[in-house]
Amino acid sequence: MSLSRLFRTPEAVAGFAILGLLGLMALAAPLLFPGDPLAIAGQPLLRPFQDWALPLGTDRLGRDVLSGLFHGARTSLAVGLAAAAASIFVGSVVGTVAGFAGGFVDEVLMRITDAFQTVPGFLLSLALVSVVGPSLGVVVMAIALSAWTGPARIARAEVLSIRERDYVASARVIGMHPIEIAFREVLPNALPPVLALSSVIVAAAILTEAALSFLGLGDPNHVTWGGMIAEGRAVLRSAPYLSVIPGIALVLAVLGVYLAGEGVVEGTAAREGQA
Amino acid sequence: MSALLEVDGLSKRYRRGGKDFAALDGVSFEIAPGETLALVGPSGSGKSTVARILLRLVVPDAGSIRFNGEELLGLRGGALRARRAKLQMVFQDPLAAFNPRATVAGLIDDPLRIHGIVERAARPRAITALLKRVGLATELAGRRVHEISGGQRQRVAIARALATRPALIVLDEAVSALDVLVRADILSLLAELQRDEGVAYLFISHDLGAVRAIAHRIAIMDGGRIVEQGDAATVIAAPTSATGKALVAATPALPVFPGLPAFKETVS
Amino acid sequence: MTQLLELRGLGVRYKGVAAPALEGVDLDLATGERLAIIGESGSGKSTLARAVAGLLPQTATLQGTIAWPGLDRPASNGRDIGFVFQDPASSLDPVMSVGDQVAEVAHANLDLDWRAARRLAVELLDRVKLPEPAALARAYPHQLSGGQKQRVAIAAAIVARPRLLIADEATSALDTIVQAEIVALIRRLVAEDGMALLFVSHDIALAANLADRIAVFRHGRMVEIATTAELISRPKTDYSRALLAAHLGLDAHAEAST
Repeated sequence: MSLSRLFRTPEAVAGFAILGLLGLMALAAPLLFPGDPLAIAGQPLLRPFQDWALPLGTDRLGRDVLSGLFHGARTSLAVGLAAAAASIFVGSVVGTVAGFAGGFVDEVLMRITDAFQTVPGFLLSLALVSVVGPSLGVVVMAIALSAWTGPARIARAEVLSIRERDYVASARVIGMHPIEIAFREVLPNALPPVLALSSVIVAAAILTEAALSFLGLGDPNHVTWGGMIAEGRAVLRSAPYLSVIPGIALVLAVLGVYLAGEGVVEGTAAREGQA
Repeated sequence: MSALLEVDGLSKRYRRGGKDFAALDGVSFEIAPGETLALVGPSGSGKSTVARILLRLVVPDAGSIRFNGEELLGLRGGALRARRAKLQMVFQDPLAAFNPRATVAGLIDDPLRIHGIVERAARPRAITALLKRVGLATELAGRRVHEISGGQRQRVAIARALATRPALIVLDEAVSALDVLVRADILSLLAELQRDEGVAYLFISHDLGAVRAIAHRIAIMDGGRIVEQGDAATVIAAPTSATGKALVAATPALPVFPGLPAFKETVS
Repeated sequence: MTQLLELRGLGVRYKGVAAPALEGVDLDLATGERLAIIGESGSGKSTLARAVAGLLPQTATLQGTIAWPGLDRPASNGRDIGFVFQDPASSLDPVMSVGDQVAEVAHANLDLDWRAARRLAVELLDRVKLPEPAALARAYPHQLSGGQKQRVAIAAAIVARPRLLIADEATSALDTIVQAEIVALIRRLVAEDGMALLFVSHDIALAANLADRIAVFRHGRMVEIATTAELISRPKTDYSRALLAAHLGLDAHAEAST
């Protein structure tokens, strides 16, 4: 897909611009702020724009807010992308196997999917993190645990339609093994609608991670935006900027992911419309 | 000559809208090596169901299919996949019958790889040879299927079917969707391949004109049964069944105008 | 015979496609004349039919003129032109009874109230030889066979007594036997109503059995136009000759039928 197709709407351009900015922040964090973002950098509760060495001020313990914002971008984006990738991977494999095998296998897999969908996703994440303990890997797993069912359902529906197509019949006629048919002929063609869901999943994953951190269940060794918001909660009246600044970053990140995702979907649709 | 394919008493019932109806009702026929049998009939007569059952895409309720003397209907798994090499199929719409992501070379490579027809290192050469065999430029190998014309796609489908050196190819309305000039080319390619390699065809069509150009024998189907079967020239010249008569009468013919010379150019 | 339709320098381009779909077509159609347009895919034959009926997509650009000398207003689909598409399954509304689909055209174009329009629809379903038309009018498209659906589409196309019937590959999706029935139906209706016919087809023999004149199209241009007898017996271009040579008929049958 050419870049011009991705950037055909102003919303898509804005989305990619925001994501690009956040990506740069994440990459530049260790260069611009080589020190530990959790270390004390100055006097506590310094307001923004007072001291140009600490432009966004400091929190209750005197930690640099700007440095936290940059390092937080790393965590938020990494967790969001990893969780989304994991849930799409697990979801499409489960959906493909269920749809392609049919019968008993389909029944079992889809009832498991039902079971996961009937429990509120956030509760599931919360339960896992509180049992296993907070670390980035566990947070990613916890989020994926609640998000894989959507891709699974969409992949299965898509596979059910694709497996009746002539090219699947043709693959059977030449003697292709069913596993190869499922993963080479069917799955790649079932993916586009699943991937269209990925922006929603990434956005939800970023928010879930923030919520977990806000509740104190994030990885304590990494700065996260959710953790920063929680940190500012105690002094919300006297120093609202401590919650507002990471809050704005969170909103921008989610917005950027949504808009860019829409842009990709529109670009793909335009290509298919022309074909 | 002993038969290559012996189909006996194929029956298949479907439920549609709560009603049970017979898609196939005791269909029997034989095909000799190197022979073309045409299965002709109106839509809904069951001819495509026969194709799908032969290729084990649909399981019949009753009947037997003996191919090279071996019963196919009991076979499963690896044993079935191994037998598929000798029994291939070309579909009506090649665009629908190809993975939209595949390249021409990839489509022809699949059967070569799966059945281990040639060594891995020799496969690119085998693909080139097959492309040439069906009259395609070797530059097409890297193209995707939506980047080539309808006639070229059907040639790729034939190359893919030929790759495993089959004894029988089922052609399910394989020339029906093609343009007139392209159809004539594909029919002569099929005839040439049969002459050179001795492959047999089951040619499924509703178009008696195309059938006359390629078939040795014709079986006419209607309502899930074979209502007439015989030598192609005989069936077309003097059909005995009502369906056969209707098909012959309905096939459009170029009118001949009195006083004007009739157009004469023989199709080579 | 008076002139019904005059095309002068007609050209059509689709957005994003370099080659014109149709270029420099000059064509006349007389009242009550049956003209066949034949060609392969990409020849522009369907584009011509759609241009005449005003059915081109918004993004297509039109050159030249389409004139209706006998008409003091722009020709409209339904009232002046009846159009039959290749695939009746997609040209009919799946959630409307077939009687109402025919009646709707009558109601919209003939200034009839719904009762009268429905009565006329049943008459039309009878004219296209559908069995038990009064009962069938209440059926939905999915309850009919492909041939029956095409009969309904023809009934809807001719209910407002248009001067021109356009059949765009109207029989290509049908099997041989049903195709022959639909061609016979079109021939009879055109003769009874004195309609002109634009019969778009890839099948030269089918066209020759129905049309007074045949126009051969290739790559968006008209390469030859002649009376059916001339074109079949003495084709002037190599392309027409090739199309005739590629026709796969049943020789014995052709001789017997004349």
